[in-house]
Amino acid sequence: MSEEKDIVLKLKNIEVHFPVQAGVFKRTVGHVKAVDGVDLDIYRGEVLGLAGESGCGKTTLGKAILRLVEPTGGQIFYNSTEKKETELRGLNKKEMDPFRKKLQIVFQDPHSSLNPAFTIFGSLEEPLKKHGIKKRSQRRDIIGDLLEAVNMRREYMDRYPHEFSGGQRQRIGIARALCIDPEVIVCDEAVSALDVSIQAQVLQLLMKLKKEKNLTYLFITHDLSVTEYICDRIAVMYLGRLVELCRSEELYLNTLHPYTEALLSAIPVADLDKQTKRIVLEGDVPSPVNPPSGCPFHPRCTKAKDICKSSVPAFKKYSINGNDHFASCHLIDLPEAI
Amino acid sequence: MTEKKDIALSVKDLKTFFYTNNRCNKAVNGVSFDIEKGKTLCIVGESGCGKSVTAATIMQLLPILSRIEEGEIIFYKEDKKINIEKLERNGKEMRDIRGSEIAMIFQDPMTALNPVYTVGFQIGENLKYHTNFNKKEIRKKTISLLSDMGIPLPEKRVDEYPHSYSGGMRQRAMIAMAMACNPKILIADEPTTALDVTIQAQIFELMAKLKKDYDTAIMLITHDMGVVAELADNVAVMYMGNIVESGTASDVLRRPTHPYTKALLDSVPVLGRGRDQDIQPIKGSTPDPYDRPIGCQFAPRCNWADKSCDIMPEISNLTSTHEVRCHKYKEIFQY
Repeated sequence: MSEEKDIVLKLKNIEVHFPVQAGVFKRTVGHVKAVDGVDLDIYRGEVLGLAGESGCGKTTLGKAILRLVEPTGGQIFYNSTEKKETELRGLNKKEMDPFRKKLQIVFQDPHSSLNPAFTIFGSLEEPLKKHGIKKRSQRRDIIGDLLEAVNMRREYMDRYPHEFSGGQRQRIGIARALCIDPEVIVCDEAVSALDVSIQAQVLQLLMKLKKEKNLTYLFITHDLSVTEYICDRIAVMYLGRLVELCRSEELYLNTLHPYTEALLSAIPVADLDKQTKRIVLEGDVPSPVNPPSGCPFHPRCTKAKDICKSSVPAFKKYSINGNDHFASCHLIDLPEAI
Repeated sequence: MTEKKDIALSVKDLKTFFYTNNRCNKAVNGVSFDIEKGKTLCIVGESGCGKSVTAATIMQLLPILSRIEEGEIIFYKEDKKINIEKLERNGKEMRDIRGSEIAMIFQDPMTALNPVYTVGFQIGENLKYHTNFNKKEIRKKTISLLSDMGIPLPEKRVDEYPHSYSGGMRQRAMIAMAMACNPKILIADEPTTALDVTIQAQIFELMAKLKKDYDTAIMLITHDMGVVAELADNVAVMYMGNIVESGTASDVLRRPTHPYTKALLDSVPVLGRGRDQDIQPIKGSTPDPYDRPIGCQFAPRCNWADKSCDIMPEISNLTSTHEVRCHKYKEIFQY
């Protein structure tokens, strides 16, 4: 869209490289390029989906934004509501604290992300303590309200995690992320571990909370049907890079990148009248230690030409039906938008 | 029901109970279905509904504290009928059937393979016990199985250990192991749940090919309605140890009649329908297996339930293929 949008997070050329060590002296013999140069703007109040197969770096990118994994290169800019831009990577631990309040995460596995030795109150009060709510009775009030906001009973705060089902625990995880009024929540596969009927409950809850509290989500998932349902925009990742980024309805209607096309066609659709021809990709995702030359997708791509083997395609901007549509492929036959 | 000769395995009123801490969990509580040759039966349900226990019961791979309480599992071997539930768990007859006539693919390819043996050895083990092949023939067959499954460089890969295989390749190796003796029935317990969609598509392609080439009957356990739409010929929907609805894929997906099937279909977003689709979560959560509702197991979560649902409904026939276990099916069918 042409009008200026309010960017809350701006990622510039983010890189996360993990060293691979070998031998007696633990010499570095290579790098796992988990995230390899990602540029991404996250607008205030949107749901941005981040999709891709396992090992493509989507979780690492999500964690790098919160500096739970330290990015090895690039910059993260955070814009406060008062339009003050701060670069997060340069901050030390103490300076980072006020921003931790703004950025929160909901983890994938509800069974391992809550400490089994703490009551729910114990787990949820930690961030409140840290961020200056000194009175215990006040903390209890806040947590009680939060549990009610995620459709649970106030009394549950004195129970232990093992007393709850997976869906309930995930809701507790969401309550924990919410308890210090964040602006951006990274949902790292927040519904993937849940049964389908529970998944829908949690999705509706997330959408309700977003409306009430004007949140921004970075929604990381491998399930494109879920992404399409809740996201405003979708970014598709492959081997540490973004391959396509556009509005969610555009992704399905005007797919530009062959990888996205294959990914979409591989998803089984629960509709007998809508069976499409599957594009079956050969082989597995290549190792990020030793990514293929040129376009990282070319060894599995059905349309690959010579140019794909030699040069890395740039992440270019196109315009389809007046909407911005980014993709990185040599074979797109469209004029580049400015 | 179709003519008898097409059926590979039929399960009648099967009940499997677990006994722990002086309590009894009726994991499978009266399940009946038939698996036809060259067809895929999909069993759908959420976690804890008893679908994996059904599979384990057929293979007699149940833990010690469980028992087949009632019912029959009849395996049609050529013209003979074998009652699997009567065989001794680890007796010779059962071991002859397990692996050679009925084979199983497990859910998690990461843990189902033994990390200290080579993949080739683990596939060959099956051949060693069920055929008269000598060592050389076993190796040859193993390599040809691996190459059938689309594993590159099978001559080299056969001597590698599971850790050097990727997830998709391990699942292929598992399928190779299951297909080693050309089983009549292949039971796949969530074979692709741990895999990515692109790898899942590869595995499904492979299973469709096996079904066509060897006329294998496949029983596929899944929780994904999308998988059902793509692969199933027949579908059985399970909830809390019962089959609540069964029929051909088009019966169940086009005219879902049991409230649970309907709710299940309404609760997943479908790709390509955009953001306007109406997703309805199922209220509540699955009941505790030790504290079940008295009558219809789905009644506390059901929008149609009333007093009559305090009694367990019987199976009713909608058409010759479509069966449903619900008191209210007539109203719902018209709806």
